[in-house]
Amino acid sequence: MDGLAHQIIAGIATGGIYASVALALVMIYQATHHINFAQGEMATLSTFIAFTLVTEGVPYWAAFFATMAISFVYGALVERILLRPVQNAPPLTHVGVFIGLLLIIGNATGWIFGYTTKVFPTPFASEGPLMGGLISAHELGSTAVTLAVLIFVYLFFRYTKLGLGMRAAAYNPRSARLVGIRVGLMLALGWGLAAAIGAVAGMMVAPVVFLDPTMMLGILLYAFAGALLGGIDNPLGAVLGGFTVGVLENLAGAYVVGTELKLTVALIIIISVLLVRPAGLFGRVVLSRV
Amino acid sequence: MTALLEAHGLRAGYGATHVLHGLDFVVEAGGVTALLGANGAGKTTTLRAVSGMIRTEGEIRFQGEPIHGKATEDIAQRGIAHVPDGRGTFMELTVEENFRLGAYIRKDREVQADFERMWEWFPRLKQRWRQQAGTLSGGEQQMLAVARALLLRPRLLLLDEPSFGLAPLIVQEIFGIMRRIREESGVGILLVEQNANLALELADRAYLLETGRIVVSGPAAEIRQDEAIRRSYLGY
Repeated sequence: MDGLAHQIIAGIATGGIYASVALALVMIYQATHHINFAQGEMATLSTFIAFTLVTEGVPYWAAFFATMAISFVYGALVERILLRPVQNAPPLTHVGVFIGLLLIIGNATGWIFGYTTKVFPTPFASEGPLMGGLISAHELGSTAVTLAVLIFVYLFFRYTKLGLGMRAAAYNPRSARLVGIRVGLMLALGWGLAAAIGAVAGMMVAPVVFLDPTMMLGILLYAFAGALLGGIDNPLGAVLGGFTVGVLENLAGAYVVGTELKLTVALIIIISVLLVRPAGLFGRVVLSRV
Repeated sequence: MTALLEAHGLRAGYGATHVLHGLDFVVEAGGVTALLGANGAGKTTTLRAVSGMIRTEGEIRFQGEPIHGKATEDIAQRGIAHVPDGRGTFMELTVEENFRLGAYIRKDREVQADFERMWEWFPRLKQRWRQQAGTLSGGEQQMLAVARALLLRPRLLLLDEPSFGLAPLIVQEIFGIMRRIREESGVGILLVEQNANLALELADRAYLLETGRIVVSGPAAEIRQDEAIRRSYLGY
């Protein structure tokens, strides 16, 4: 029984990572109706920036917040420089840009920081397993950080004026312009925020999976499965989907398919959702009367 | 009265298709100017041109300043509110959030007072305050669209077919509110309407548009009386 409980709790901890990346994907999807395939690579680059800061002697939490800020800026710059020129282009152009971005950022990361696997520090002192061996300090700490980020993002979008403006620009850019909202600026801010959220996910997962340029490859797949499961246009659904996928993946790895075949779980979820319920479990049903 | 909005030689279209072939018109402050014409005459295109939603040639001046070629959001910030065709409501958001978006760019402290004024004008919107805008009836959505536009505290309100698709009773109600807007708020209105009879009752001036050109213009009362114009252009 303890084994099962541990698997579920560990699943929630990794699920938090998937939930963050899923949220980043959904944020960009809502604004652009495209999936940013490079989201994982952008997060990896952010994590390397954090790694560099920490090895240079910057205290962990200072490096953590500096990395979020840097990621925010470069996410916004990616939108301004690379996505803006193609904003009215057909979907395939976007897919091309995103794949190009994935390759460029992924390879640039390897070129700059090297391909050797690195040990990334955790800020949560490991004093052995907590709660009778159910959870490690890092699992508990990273879950708390992820939840804090998710709650912050929720409150930001729900209760601030800027959050409302960003939602309006994502849902209905034409009307947003008519009430005087600078839609282009909102898009860039959305990209920045998504990159910052991805950075947190990267920094929280790196101590577990170790840091190398392909670190986020599998995670992006799980996150995508989570986003689809919850509903690709529903931030809250994506977060719940991310947690669900984390738990499912862990249980399947422990009891069903074994660790080697775990990634298959993500693909099975993706295909099942697309076949059975393309809108996802919590897909937004917009009621509309005409 | 001074001219609030002036257009000279206004041309516009979509891609290679030209829709407007050089319009000259004036909207005066605090009055209602109607833009009439059949489907495809260019009424909606004219409003889009004023709002900078499409590429234009020619001159548009708002309060004497040129606004042609400016971005839509800059034109909104100068005080032109636009209720577009299809109403432009944020369907996914609540009535309250639509209100807050209407006043998004305002920095004054009277936003709450204006909310209350809108509740008084549109009591039904207050009842639906926390409801998703997409669930409102057509009439309620039209009211929300007008309220949202007025919350910008515009000098000029562009209204695209407020009667479209609504039951006659609701149309009466909305035109009644527009009369109040004219009397109580002093905002200039440029009204596009298919229902010429209704529009001419409300308007001070009217322009009649045919395939992208103005064919008749003058005081609304005169156009209403003119049998020949009514028969050949307005069809009633």
